[in-house]
Amino acid sequence: MSTTTHSAHYGFAERWLPRLVLAPSFVLSLVFIYGFIAWNGYLSFTASRIMPNYEWVGLDQYRILFENERWWVAVQNLGLFGLLFIAGAMGIGIFLAVLLDQKIRAEGVLRTIYLYPLALSFIVTGTAWKWMLNPGLGLEKLMHDWGFANFTFDWLVNPDYSIYTVVIAAIWQSSGFVMALFLAGLRGIDDSIIKAAQIDGASLPRIYWRIVLPALRPVFFSTLMILSHIAIKSFDLVMALTGGGPGFSSDVPATFMYQMAFTRGQMGLGAASSMMMLATVAALVVPYLYSELRSKRRG
Amino acid sequence: MADQSKFWRTVIYGVLFLVAVYYLLPLYVMLTTSVKSMDEIRAGNLLSLPLDITFAAWSKAWSSACTGVDCGGLAPYFWNSVMMVIPAVAISTVLGAVNGYVLSKWQFRGSEVVFAMILFGVFIPFQVLLLPMAQTLGVFGMASSISGLVFVHVVCGLASTTLFFRNYYVGIPDELIKAARLDGAGFWRIFFRIILPMSTPILTVTVIWQFTQIWNDFLFGVVFSSIESRPITVGLNNLANTSTSVKEYNVDMAAALIAALPTIVVYVLAGKYFVRGLTAGAVKG
Repeated sequence: MSTTTHSAHYGFAERWLPRLVLAPSFVLSLVFIYGFIAWNGYLSFTASRIMPNYEWVGLDQYRILFENERWWVAVQNLGLFGLLFIAGAMGIGIFLAVLLDQKIRAEGVLRTIYLYPLALSFIVTGTAWKWMLNPGLGLEKLMHDWGFANFTFDWLVNPDYSIYTVVIAAIWQSSGFVMALFLAGLRGIDDSIIKAAQIDGASLPRIYWRIVLPALRPVFFSTLMILSHIAIKSFDLVMALTGGGPGFSSDVPATFMYQMAFTRGQMGLGAASSMMMLATVAALVVPYLYSELRSKRRG
Repeated sequence: MADQSKFWRTVIYGVLFLVAVYYLLPLYVMLTTSVKSMDEIRAGNLLSLPLDITFAAWSKAWSSACTGVDCGGLAPYFWNSVMMVIPAVAISTVLGAVNGYVLSKWQFRGSEVVFAMILFGVFIPFQVLLLPMAQTLGVFGMASSISGLVFVHVVCGLASTTLFFRNYYVGIPDELIKAARLDGAGFWRIFFRIILPMSTPILTVTVIWQFTQIWNDFLFGVVFSSIESRPITVGLNNLANTSTSVKEYNVDMAAALIAALPTIVVYVLAGKYFVRGLTAGAVKG
């Protein structure tokens, strides 16, 4: 900036400017991320209801949480949703990536189509699928018009099946993402390995199954991380599609937390449930980051 | 052999085409439903083409549909989102750029710790921040305001933007910086004269990424806003879940398309950068 500065000043500025520039973000994340996590943790040990109340009650909120039927429904739903969503999005995504890797002519157009749902808000996706799956005029009517007079589809309003509608919409939205990640991975593989295997007479599906896909292990694990992360955080889609209902049959921890903390005046319970979400994410992410960093240092 | 491979190629194209249809169907249904009248919706089905195209549902969704108790359509919420997204994207991108510059080219003792700290922020489920943030915004008089939402989005977006820029700048050779320093250029001069002119791709990726994230956010919107500051996603959700005597699916679909339009336009214009942001965000660190 000032070209007249002497070199002595220069060294001083160079020493402190980087720290000064980084300081605001450091303070922001220290206070508003880590400080808030601690604060939230503290709230989960208090009797806070509508307003924060710093009376210490130990693990009471966690005990109440673990005896709460609705919480277990939410946890169970998350397990079910997470499993089906991850398996579905992964299966479809990898399948599409392998097919698109066969020197397809219209690849650019197809890729654009597979990925556009990702640009949409989950609220938009939820609103759209809610209309398509609604029992009156949606899919059911379409099938009746096509001559399947006995076809019924009431998952959206059926407590036993409502969570599956979330799975359907979530897979539609996210499988293109998996496709993009794996396609990038596939493009990074050395062609000569595949050629060598072909010369040895291996069939294409065999080459993929035995050579190509195993080489994509790192992509597989990072995709797995991202998808489980999306699953644990999923809130918008459930709110837009089922609102957690009917009743609380399609609740997930994120909607449970929101309900308790912001509409039912159970702040302490909400804080406790969000700490459980953080613990789950940490249990997944910390080993992953650790192994990532270690392998990077080694390699 | 040749016949067989031709057969398989046809199968592959067939499958890819069918999947493309499956991905496009919801968009098709949304578009056609939004230009039908309710009578036509009841008479036809999801896939039937609109016979009598009308934009009544669009105009209702924009300016007179009810979202809960007030009936002013989505227009005010749309502008709220615009007012929120512009400063939030600008601030988080600028901070991310200078952070990334320091963390890649001006490392100091402890800067790796700061990086790790910021990095972990990418993974945190924001539910743990909601209650303290609500209290704090209240204390500072920013509760239920657009500036409060901007602040939250900046804090929570820093992790991604810093990561994007840092990973990009690591790829710029250090020799360039050393040479500039020998020529007497300082911290800011190097940033503005050398680094910034090379940053167009990563700036585009980051701006698009942040825009999409913030425009589409619902969690912060629903927790930290009131009627005057509600973003479009919350408006849309309220509109679609307001129980009126007659459910107007055409208005719902028009509203959903209005909410989706900005991000779809960005995706169509700059899809390449959008995808790059996704994969960059995926291969974190």
